[in-house]
Amino acid sequence: MRRRVLPGFGISFGYALTYLGLIVLLPLAALAWKATGIGLHGLIHLLSGPRTLAALRLSLLGAVMAASINAVVGLLVGWVLVRYRFPGRRLFDALVDLPFALPTAVAGIALTTLYAPNGWLGRWLEPLGIKVAYTPVGVLVAMVFVGFPFVVRTLQPVLASLERDVEEAAESLGAQRWQTFFRVILPMLAPTLLTGFALALARAVGEYGSVIFIAGNIPMKSEIAPLLIVQKLEQFDYAGAAALGVALLLLSFVLLVIVSLLQRWSNRWAERAA
Amino acid sequence: MSGRKRSRSARWPRRLAHVALILLALAFLVAFLLLPLATVFAEAFREGLTPYLEAIRQPEARSAIRLTLLVAVIAVPLNVVFGIAAAWAMTRFEFRGKTLLGAFIDLPFSVSPVISGLVYVLLFGAQGWFGPWMEAHGIKVIYAVPGLVLATIFITLPFVARELIPLMEAQGSEEEEAARVLGASGWQMFFRVTLPNIRWALLYGVLLCNARAMGEFGAVSVVSGHIRGLTTTMPLEVEMRYNEYDYVGAFAVASLLALLALLTLAVKTLLEWRYGDEIAAHAPGGH
Repeated sequence: MRRRVLPGFGISFGYALTYLGLIVLLPLAALAWKATGIGLHGLIHLLSGPRTLAALRLSLLGAVMAASINAVVGLLVGWVLVRYRFPGRRLFDALVDLPFALPTAVAGIALTTLYAPNGWLGRWLEPLGIKVAYTPVGVLVAMVFVGFPFVVRTLQPVLASLERDVEEAAESLGAQRWQTFFRVILPMLAPTLLTGFALALARAVGEYGSVIFIAGNIPMKSEIAPLLIVQKLEQFDYAGAAALGVALLLLSFVLLVIVSLLQRWSNRWAERAA
Repeated sequence: MSGRKRSRSARWPRRLAHVALILLALAFLVAFLLLPLATVFAEAFREGLTPYLEAIRQPEARSAIRLTLLVAVIAVPLNVVFGIAAAWAMTRFEFRGKTLLGAFIDLPFSVSPVISGLVYVLLFGAQGWFGPWMEAHGIKVIYAVPGLVLATIFITLPFVARELIPLMEAQGSEEEEAARVLGASGWQMFFRVTLPNIRWALLYGVLLCNARAMGEFGAVSVVSGHIRGLTTTMPLEVEMRYNEYDYVGAFAVASLLALLALLTLAVKTLLEWRYGDEIAAHAPGGH
């Protein structure tokens, strides 16, 4: 009731909704509508094509792997930045956001040059038999790069507020350091870790700019789903592009639902640990 | 005495573990983040300063810079107005479907950039919903500047709203209510109470929104048509030069975008250090 004092509900709500409707909802409706244009038969034909399947698999599996790597490395980096003091800490902390700020095309050509056989990193990996540029590994590297800040940034505030007395209690009861970590700290962090994982995952599934340069885009091997959409558009196959777009959106939606189910389960785990 | 000694010696392995963890984390940050950044500048200046300066002075580079600025100058203010309006409605009033509205605001973050461009092609392209009508009236959206602006607005829509909503929620509305009770008009209240309270968070959101707007590639590449000098923004110019094997040229333009990214990071970090409380609980800034 008290909130009635404040003016501007009609204008702010109306404007926000209209803007959102015109910029986001209407265009997405057009996507869904166009996708139905190829019909069920066409859809099955499109999605069962080996090239489409390979691209969808690479985008989804690559994103899951990249988000998993980011969860592990992000936990390490977040932990080190929050818990330890060392020279240059704040500078490195600021650096974490680089993938958010650096345009994806710039990241793409830089990573490609770096991991090319004569690049700064590629020349050391090549003799070991590890090929990154123009392979699915390159796709993974780019996906890890763009998703990296998410896990660190979601974990940091939670790590900072983690009660140390719980750890100390565990240790005074005779727990080893690693026991404390896996039995006490990790369960408490798990829900947040999954939030970061989901954000990194959502980002990597649809990633385009940073991936296409380093991928080499070899059909059936290192071709991602968003690139197939672009190719369909270039052939003026609007319905095919729209159907693929809807398929990609739905698949990433399913992945995110699975993550949120995991999260619900991990919340119970966290409560039990606390 | 002996007890202290023992605990100190027991700490040694742990110290060592700390140092090992720090080194491991830093090694990752250097190899994964710092090296790509260094590569951009090393490649841009590979043949020295003169070719670099020539590469960024070419007319295509200049028109790309102009176009990038133009797109950002249109897209960012529009999303600022939207962000403020959405945050005001979301944090100062109760209404049905609030959660849904919040989810819609976040939606562009979980849509592939390519799809963000594709949807406008489906609306305004030659075979799109409004395509034939627009063609008949001589309006060009796809493969023209309006398409670039629309795709950029779509991609950067959540940034400002996302910064403001948690902050305004946390601040509450007491001060604004007091202003109203004391007789301030709606706009007086907004400019004298609300805006000063959210200014740093707003600046923070604008910064992130602008960085993304100027650097967006996927969405823009779908609607651009890559017409040199007309519809190529800086990231697209980078791509075209790279694909033409003009590496110095590509990395020269890329270095300007990298400088923009560094500047964004510097201002962002400064804002967090000085006004951290007034920016408040910022969720991870999205992409």
